[in-house]
Amino acid sequence: MLKTFPKGGVHPGENKFSAGKPIETIELPKQVYIPVAQHLGAPAEPVVAKGDVVKTGQLIAKSTGFVSANIHSSVSGKVLKIDKILDTSGYKQTCIVIDVEGDEWLETIDRSAEIINNTDISAEEIRAKVAGNGIVGLGGATFPTHVKLSVPAGKTCKYLIINAVECEPYLTADHQLMMEKGEEILIGCKLIQKAVGAEKVIVGIENNKPDAIKHMTELSKKFEHIEVNALKVKYPQGGEKQLIKSITNREVPSGALPIEVGCVVQNVGTAFAVYEAVIKNKPLFERVVTVTGKSVKKPSNILSRIGTPINMLIEAAGGMPEDTGKIVSGGPMMGKAVSSDKIPVTKGTSGVLIFPEQIAERAETYNCIRCGRCVGVCPMGLEPYLIKNMAAVKMYEELQAERALDCMECGSCVYVCPAGVPLLDYIRLGKANLNKILRAKKS
Amino acid sequence: MAINRLTVSMSPHDHGKDSVKKIMFGVVLAMIPALLVSVYYFGLDAIRVNLIAIASCIFFEWLIQKFLLKGKTTIVDGSAIVTGMLLAFNVPSNLPWWIIVIGSLVAIGIAKMTFGGLGNNPFNPALVGRVFLLISFPVQMTSWPKVSVLNFAMTDATTGATPLAIVKEGLKNGETFSSIMNNMPHSYTDMFIGQMGGSLGEISAAALILGGLFMLFRKIISWHIPVSIIGTVAIFTGILYGIDPDKFANPLFHILTGGMLLGAIFMATDMVTSPMTHKGMLVFGVGIGVITVLIRVWGAYPEGMSFAILIMNAFVPLINKGFKPERFGEKIKK
Repeated sequence: MLKTFPKGGVHPGENKFSAGKPIETIELPKQVYIPVAQHLGAPAEPVVAKGDVVKTGQLIAKSTGFVSANIHSSVSGKVLKIDKILDTSGYKQTCIVIDVEGDEWLETIDRSAEIINNTDISAEEIRAKVAGNGIVGLGGATFPTHVKLSVPAGKTCKYLIINAVECEPYLTADHQLMMEKGEEILIGCKLIQKAVGAEKVIVGIENNKPDAIKHMTELSKKFEHIEVNALKVKYPQGGEKQLIKSITNREVPSGALPIEVGCVVQNVGTAFAVYEAVIKNKPLFERVVTVTGKSVKKPSNILSRIGTPINMLIEAAGGMPEDTGKIVSGGPMMGKAVSSDKIPVTKGTSGVLIFPEQIAERAETYNCIRCGRCVGVCPMGLEPYLIKNMAAVKMYEELQAERALDCMECGSCVYVCPAGVPLLDYIRLGKANLNKILRAKKS
Repeated sequence: MAINRLTVSMSPHDHGKDSVKKIMFGVVLAMIPALLVSVYYFGLDAIRVNLIAIASCIFFEWLIQKFLLKGKTTIVDGSAIVTGMLLAFNVPSNLPWWIIVIGSLVAIGIAKMTFGGLGNNPFNPALVGRVFLLISFPVQMTSWPKVSVLNFAMTDATTGATPLAIVKEGLKNGETFSSIMNNMPHSYTDMFIGQMGGSLGEISAAALILGGLFMLFRKIISWHIPVSIIGTVAIFTGILYGIDPDKFANPLFHILTGGMLLGAIFMATDMVTSPMTHKGMLVFGVGIGVITVLIRVWGAYPEGMSFAILIMNAFVPLINKGFKPERFGEKIKK
């Protein structure tokens, strides 16, 4: 029996069209648009001005707090302006616009392909390099990695869990990265392990990637205390709490962080970024993005510079299909639909999905028929129908008692709802308002 | 290519393929075997009752929506067809047409649309219709035509009592269960296949179980409600039978007769009027089982399934409150 989490979950059609497609690079854009808020936490503060000449990898916006991250230029060229540009959020956000001229990297970056297995670096230095190079969680939540590498006083980390589940349908970026950069990833794992002081590293991979499981298991034999676990395919196994449950059978209590049960979870892409940051001194200014969809001619895994407009990626994947009705940044379950094909790739862009018109729109909505399927699939053991109703009539105290804030917005409830009720829209609204009330009470 | 129009909506952007319509037509499909058996034993009358019930349920839903609620019509979702068929399954095949129409009006008008239509009704509409008819037209509702194989003549067949009524009457008159069963015109095999008097859709255990398995396979129902009802009835009547096999009928008899399987598989599992969690469903099922046996053994009516389901329907909101799913991270496991 393969390991998995016991409560709830769904299994949407996997549609991994771009699986096995080698990671390719595309020509540099003429202009990049680099948002200063690409991570969870405080936006970074620009340290360049119009007319400044920058190199690839140069710091252009500085972290403004502990929970914040540095932003680096992904290209060399001249800063054209700092302006408000539409990004994934659907709002105009502060972006640094750079006119690309050549591709001159900072001299401090080691551009050789040589794999250096050097983990003889102190935990402080690892954390400093990770913070300095602007590494954030690449699974989608973009939480600044150096924060997660700082284990709070009094807590100990037993397991470092590497999230290589890629449970979102369509996405294959992590899968392909493992196939091509497996060894670098494992060195990155060792570095993170050192920083958090974990006894053991466990890489969790879902069973729909047998080649990656085999490859990583083989490579892990070269390292001490690294183990690869094959997991049963079930969404949302990439959820931090679900993954910890699947692998260690520990349950993170409501409202608590994984460290509470002695675990730290990092995405497999992040492990690679940590390797590059610490060993190669390379800031996070490019990432692998899956560009795919049912009508996409050439589903691809593209190594894209941050700030590249997504239409360049779509062009590289065979062009915008005629029947395009929706573009999603991220996976189909938790990704964001974007309102333009010109929004820039950011650190959190794991995929660009293109949906044909006929599946772009939501199905017709009926009355809730109280089938209870939303309750059955909720991986947090919540009652989505009830939370939705309470959110709709603003019963905030009850929402809190029903643990609405435990909801991680995985979308399983909406996925199974036969009545097509937009449960999660209401739940998000309820959570946002409840959070506002709680914050007001605190201050 | 320039894009003219991009849909922007909140995640998730993928949806499972199930819909209310698919569920409703799945239930209709699951009822087909039982319908075929009733045609086999009751002739075209079975079709007649079904057609009248379905047509009037759809008509009343449309009428109420169009002229009273003035809203979007929902008859296409298939739920009125399910209500019509279930009502038809719960009445004798020789019921006059106008009584069926009244039953449909009560089911759709009072039990369903008054509360806001599909999804909002606390009680199973078909059962409300059936119980209304049972109380209002007790003679017509309990004149069961005798089964005759493939009689398409639609003649006035003779009527007879159901096995449940025969046993109840006999036990009341002091006969022992075994002597009653010796004189019973139907064997257990007959009861399993459906060769006995009763409401037109309830007679064949075999066909109902087949439909139930289909719904289980299609995940329209889960096992919890049918199994807990039948299990409870089996245990409860088993204890009684164990105490005094002369005064009480055995569990097999209870399960194969009356509306037990129709109720357990098709009526109590109605999504709208049953609990949300599996734990809640088990409680609900046990409640139905206990009440059914209480009515069958000590109540005034030979059959108590309809009442039991309606009574437990009323408890569903409380059950939903009392039996919540176990939250993730509730029990801290180290």
